[in-house]
Amino acid sequence: MKHNSIKSIIPFLFAAVGLLNFQSCKPKGAQSAVSGDAASKVYVAPGKYDEFYDFVSGGFSGQMSVYGIPSGRLLRVIPVFSVDPEKGYGYSEETKPMLNTSHGFVPWDDLHHIALSETDGIHDGRWVFANGNNTPRLARIDLKTFRTAEILEIPNSAGNHSSPFITENSEYIVAGTRFSIPMDNSNGDVPINTYKENFKGTLSFVAIDKTSGNMKINFQILLPGVNFDLARAGKGKSHGWFFFSCYNSERANTLLEVNASQKDKDFILCVDWKKAEEYLKAGKGQKKPVSYAHNIYNEKTHTATSTMEKEVVMLDPKDCPGMVYFMPCPKSPHGCDTDPTGEYIVGSGKLAATIPVFSFTKIQAAIAAKSYDGDYEGIPVLKYESVLYGEVQKPGLGPLHTEFDDKGNAYTSFFVSSEVVKWNIKDLKVLDRVPTYYSVGHLSIPGGPTKKPWGKYLIAYNKITKDRFLPTGPELAQSAQLYDISGEKMKLLLDFPTIGEPHYGEMIPANLIVKNSQKIYKIEDNGNAYAAKGDNYARVERKGNEIHVYATSIRSHFTPDNIEGVKMGDVVYFHITNLEQDWDVPHGFAIKGANNGELLIMPGETQTLKWTPEKAGVYPFYCTDFCSALHQEMQGYIRVSVAGSNVPISFSTGKTTPDSSTVTKPAK
Amino acid sequence: MKIFNLLPVLLFSGSVCMLACSEGVKKGEKPVEIQELTKEQEEKHGPEIKADEIKLTNPLDAKLVAAGKATYELKCQSCHKLTGEKLVGPGWQDVTKRRTPTWIMNMITNTEMMLDSDAEAQKLLELCMVRMPNQNISKDQSRELIEFMRNNDGEK
Repeated sequence: MKHNSIKSIIPFLFAAVGLLNFQSCKPKGAQSAVSGDAASKVYVAPGKYDEFYDFVSGGFSGQMSVYGIPSGRLLRVIPVFSVDPEKGYGYSEETKPMLNTSHGFVPWDDLHHIALSETDGIHDGRWVFANGNNTPRLARIDLKTFRTAEILEIPNSAGNHSSPFITENSEYIVAGTRFSIPMDNSNGDVPINTYKENFKGTLSFVAIDKTSGNMKINFQILLPGVNFDLARAGKGKSHGWFFFSCYNSERANTLLEVNASQKDKDFILCVDWKKAEEYLKAGKGQKKPVSYAHNIYNEKTHTATSTMEKEVVMLDPKDCPGMVYFMPCPKSPHGCDTDPTGEYIVGSGKLAATIPVFSFTKIQAAIAAKSYDGDYEGIPVLKYESVLYGEVQKPGLGPLHTEFDDKGNAYTSFFVSSEVVKWNIKDLKVLDRVPTYYSVGHLSIPGGPTKKPWGKYLIAYNKITKDRFLPTGPELAQSAQLYDISGEKMKLLLDFPTIGEPHYGEMIPANLIVKNSQKIYKIEDNGNAYAAKGDNYARVERKGNEIHVYATSIRSHFTPDNIEGVKMGDVVYFHITNLEQDWDVPHGFAIKGANNGELLIMPGETQTLKWTPEKAGVYPFYCTDFCSALHQEMQGYIRVSVAGSNVPISFSTGKTTPDSSTVTKPAK
Repeated sequence: MKIFNLLPVLLFSGSVCMLACSEGVKKGEKPVEIQELTKEQEEKHGPEIKADEIKLTNPLDAKLVAAGKATYELKCQSCHKLTGEKLVGPGWQDVTKRRTPTWIMNMITNTEMMLDSDAEAQKLLELCMVRMPNQNISKDQSRELIEFMRNNDGEK
């Protein structure tokens, strides 16, 4: 299949290359414009900024990457759900609580989707949210610091895939279960083939605090054991509603590849969340005892705390009529995308040959007229014909995801036929198609999922790279491809490699973020309990078998840098305060034999590395981040004596060795 | 596969042709000067402090001395001793006798400008080999430091 599609585009590429060679010196024709100016369109001169930030999920890396667009330059990898020894994330004492869960410390996850915060349906550049698929979690990244500020575990969930899609004023992000399971507070020790009876799906509505951004599960909705896949909030006229695609309406518990593909149609679930809020207020919800972690990173203390929450409120559609409706959607729907007006909901059946477009107005009319096609597990199923606006005919094979531009067009990715298809939302006519290399998943347009798409570019996030880059053995980076969509025809501009699997990304104009970007942590505001705010506070203290080193770093020395008096059996905590107050002057800290990671301490910040010496001796430590011409001199030593030694605690910088009385005599 | 191997070469030859044409650069766009861009990125930390802005009075203002001492301990002490001994930077003893207040304050608040343009500052860089960091100190705080330095130099 793939080879066929490759072959079919080769003549086209040759033609394009030929035109480029022969015509690039002649007056520009329509054809040469197609590919001749691609290089200049993605060229961002040295020292110049890109026009857009692109926040891209890192898939099985558990992290989020940040690219500049149109250059495709990788700007940063933000550690979110996975430890990152480079940055000390998950290794420093301050960040370890971020990865705490009801299962204990979980150092990895699978980050799938991105949701930038919105105000009035427009990206506002405050936060970016992401979901952890494996051990269900949601994360909030603060775009002032590009750091993970909060992680919330989701109870009664497994496979948090249908997440973290956001409402138009960031009222909610959602978390829908891909894997239905017995609920946390029930006896889960049941035969797997009792799936239909014992397994449930849930949708969590997680409220976002307008000021702090803090997340809180406002309510969950208990649903039949289908697989919730993707979702989008309504907007504009459909604000107050949420649409979730789901498959496996067969409720198979084995060989889903076959058994969950039996029915001609699965569903999109329409949720009236304003009504859900009313039911919640009216006390229709049931409190369920559960246990889930809520982790918050405090910017003042540079320290994370993890709290175990004990309860969620569950709404059951049985008690809440008119809250949820199923809408039939052909063949295992995946993408479920609302257009900028909020009127159209585009369903993409992975195995379908058409793209159904649903009308919000018709959905409302169908509900009012009770135009049902029976029910599914007690939930009304709306008549397909009553809610359908129309179908895009013969768009391609395997539609997955749809994004929107600023001109009333939709762009749908086709995994099986490896292409992007542009079509008009109103008349449902296909306007253009371009190949992707290869097997495209999500698409992204700046502002594409919002009320205000900025248009201009489209990125295809591909699942398979094959021959696009220099080979790197069996494992290849997955690729993103940038297209110019400013004209009638889409034009491929650039390929760039990505981190992990780029499930989804969202682009935002850079000026919305640059203006708020933090440069340093003010040392005056440093509230870390172990900060040494000035050399007068640099010291070494013993508390039982704990040694606390309160050290400062500044170009280019540590204070103290000679430490003695540690004994075997002691646990050493290095609390390093970076006294710098200049942008882009972090100091690193690493010590020989440390079995965790390093610290990377930003200006004005305090971070702590725990170190348990394994045997007596002298251990060097040093700054790992090149900081000045004398960076190579930025080092120190710590002496570890045998257990029971009488070497007293001593510490200094700029003094010679301690007096001879503290030298341990060899045992006779 | 061979076809794919050829593609980059073909595309490359196309781009070479592009560069050779004057059409490659759009009208009205100046060629990019990297030097210009690095200047654009340069950080300025505050406006230059002029000599007539600073008035020194006696006796010393004890509040300013105390505030200056607090800033010194938080942001300066790691590199500057109060004696004449050089640590990372020069010791502060007699600094108010060697330098004007304006010079010192600009060195603190406008380090990059001083290192770029002031001959004395450049001499110190050659001596110390570490660029004095911008410690995010305001003009008012630098004035407090002057008072603390004067106190350190024995002024009353």
